[in-house]
Amino acid sequence: MAETSASDSMIIARGLRKSFGDFEAVKGIDVEVRAGEAFGFLGPNGAGKSSTMRMIAAVSPVSGGELRILGMDPATHGPAIRGRLGVCPQEDTLDNELNVRDNLYIYGRYFGIPKAEVNERTDELLEFVQLTEKSKAKVEDLSGGMKRRLTIARSLINRPDLLLLDEPTTGLDPQARHVLWDKLFRLKQAGVTLVITTHYMDEAEQLCDRLVVMDKGLIVAEGSPLALIREHSTREVAELRFGVGEHEALAEKVADLGERVEVLPDRLLVYSDDGEEVIAKVHERGLEPVAVLVRRSTLEDVFLSLTGRTLVD
Amino acid sequence: MSAVDLSLGDPELTMGEGVRRQFDYWMTVYKRTWRSTVISSFLSPILYVVAMGVLLGGFIEGDPDKLEGATSYLAFVVPGLIAGHAMQTAVGETTYPVMGLMKWQRVYDSMLATPLQVRHLVTAHLAFVAFRLVLTCGVYTLVLAPFGVFESWWGPILAFLAQVLVGMAFASVIYGFTTRLNSPEGFGVLFRLVVFPLFLFSGAFFPVSNLGGVGAWVARLTPLWHGVNLSRMFALDNITWWVAGVNVAVLLVLTAWGWWWSVTGLTKRLVS
Amino acid sequence: MGLVVVGDRPDQEAGVLMAFSSAGFSQVAPLSAAQALRLLVLRNYIVYRQAWKLFITGFLEPVFYLFSIGIGVGQLIKTFEFNGHVIPYAEFVAPGMLAASAMNGALIDSTYNVFFKLKYDKLYDQMLATPLTTSDIARGEIAWGQLRGGTYSAAFLVVMAALGLVHSWWAVLALPAALLIGFAFSAVCMALTTYMKSWQDFDKITLVQLPLFLFSATFFPVTAFDGWLRWVVECTPLYRGVILCRELTTGALSWASLVSVVYLTVMGLIGLVIVRRRLATLLLT
Repeated sequence: MAETSASDSMIIARGLRKSFGDFEAVKGIDVEVRAGEAFGFLGPNGAGKSSTMRMIAAVSPVSGGELRILGMDPATHGPAIRGRLGVCPQEDTLDNELNVRDNLYIYGRYFGIPKAEVNERTDELLEFVQLTEKSKAKVEDLSGGMKRRLTIARSLINRPDLLLLDEPTTGLDPQARHVLWDKLFRLKQAGVTLVITTHYMDEAEQLCDRLVVMDKGLIVAEGSPLALIREHSTREVAELRFGVGEHEALAEKVADLGERVEVLPDRLLVYSDDGEEVIAKVHERGLEPVAVLVRRSTLEDVFLSLTGRTLVD
Repeated sequence: MSAVDLSLGDPELTMGEGVRRQFDYWMTVYKRTWRSTVISSFLSPILYVVAMGVLLGGFIEGDPDKLEGATSYLAFVVPGLIAGHAMQTAVGETTYPVMGLMKWQRVYDSMLATPLQVRHLVTAHLAFVAFRLVLTCGVYTLVLAPFGVFESWWGPILAFLAQVLVGMAFASVIYGFTTRLNSPEGFGVLFRLVVFPLFLFSGAFFPVSNLGGVGAWVARLTPLWHGVNLSRMFALDNITWWVAGVNVAVLLVLTAWGWWWSVTGLTKRLVS
Repeated sequence: MGLVVVGDRPDQEAGVLMAFSSAGFSQVAPLSAAQALRLLVLRNYIVYRQAWKLFITGFLEPVFYLFSIGIGVGQLIKTFEFNGHVIPYAEFVAPGMLAASAMNGALIDSTYNVFFKLKYDKLYDQMLATPLTTSDIARGEIAWGQLRGGTYSAAFLVVMAALGLVHSWWAVLALPAALLIGFAFSAVCMALTTYMKSWQDFDKITLVQLPLFLFSATFFPVTAFDGWLRWVVECTPLYRGVILCRELTTGALSWASLVSVVYLTVMGLIGLVIVRRRLATLLLT
């Protein structure tokens, strides 16, 4: 209970860099993750999220700057750090030649957990991720969502203090994503510190207390999802879809209706606190969009405003 | 929630502890795969002994002057065949399986997310290969013992150790090679241009002196010849001790260098 | 152990190519059998072109055996008698290697490679979504195997001639003989492959292949066997292929050689019929 405030920081990064030859994947970032929070790295593919995650997982040497995980230096205390981390990598690294249960059991043994204890935890975790009935199944026969759940269960076998999830729901169908989110919520409730990378806005908004937006190896914004939206976007967004190729030309005609207008290949986004009013004025001016939509701002809009690009391709 | 105690942590694992924690993994792998190794490990070597040693050997005169001291072709070919088989087992275990764990299934990645380190992974994998070698060479030797191909009781034991040693030399070097490959295409070339010619020309089937002056010396430079020669000298109780010393030294140096080369290769591959 | 080297080939482009070419043709009339054959051979050629190292090194296998066993071990053996001719050991082993490598090549092509295309690549599923038929597929695969195997056999015969191991013009016919061996084994092995469920089943192939390779009078005369065992050996397909090749390269031919020819032809045709039926039941459901 009585810990110093400094030890509440699970991860501290100062000027953290990672380069591969001439290519600089992470160009000096500052991050601090506190115990018990769910922290997100948000950004498009290639933003440097996975490189950062691998450094935090103490499997990738730091190229520059400073990094402390659980108060320790990954360069000198790699095994001790990894002993207390749970890692759910971007691509499942399950052992296809072991059955579901053995994947958990064998992995637990790597942490030096005694056999009886691993057996007990394995049963608990299979129950937790609803795979008890599949315990004898081959990994390759599992669905994508089940594999992901098994990977998450595996990352929990050592009862980690810090759980790293790299794109946890990429490639899953919507239903499987919600099941997974539910599991992650429960873990957070139980006090596990979560670090999540994602390029899905809804995921970041659902799961993260606080996040940083990364782009081209740098952090471009930091805060809670709500604060970021408040700071970098408006309350609502009006989406206007016109005929093919007309968007660029029509952007000027609606520019004054909102605080900001973004032109996307297939639609115009008008940022305003009252989207309905924007739509009404568009019609008043005699413009006839093929389709209109008013929605609340999301982190996607934050990213667009910060970088001028969309997140997913 | 109670704050996490950040001062605690495992100390860095010792080699023994790191390997011990993977024991269950490798035993599980073996329990699942031993059946499929029966044919390649036990049956096919025996078929070679029968075909080459017994049947073809029936047409070959047992002249010790021409057969490096053996009184029959069977006695000549058996220690060489076991050494060659040790090489093939070792290469088989350190090509596709290593590539699979490293690249296709990424099991190594998952292991490295635990307190285990690259040198533990390499050592445990090679220890498993050693276990396979002990088993196959041991069974091979025991099965052939009643056929009167060994000249002393202790010879086959030393020969057996020589076979395991030559296997380990290949296992560690090929492991290092595999960690530097990006696709399995290189294996096809390795099997056809390295392993297979070594098997046929390193003195397992005929005395390397039959290759002529230069050919014989080239053959004596190959690692497999050192294993074949050592294995045969012990099995036939026809030992030149200084040659045996050279053979052992070459194989030990190769094994040690291969281990180091494997650890650096796998480190570059997985921890960068 | 020994001769079996699994071929591994990049196959990805295949699907794209097949889909493309057959779409072009389908608007016209269905493909004739010959067109289909050309197309399938072209497909395999394009795939193999990227794996030329594997292609070239495949040829070396029988050559290595010839030098090692034929010449290295041959120095320990004086001569063998074959059909009344006395011949040096290397001349005895070389035709055995010619026949055995024709079998081994056909076996790898028609088991590992076909299984991969059938179960993993789903290549035949794609092909059957085009005007191609199961017969086209069976013929195409076998024809490709024959082209590859024929190239190896021809090269090996040249090596034999260069080493002075050929003493009869009949040896020219050893090339078609090797093709016949390849055909017989391709067809039968492809038929067996259609019954296989997992890679584990391939152990059973090795279980048959290795004894055939070692005991079909390849390395020593059939007189090494006595009584009924000799009869069994004489009835196995590779033995027929080995002595056919040996009769041709040594010129020790007789009317009895025709037995081997008929045996291998019938074996191949039976295999072909089964393959066609099996592919239809597996893929056209």
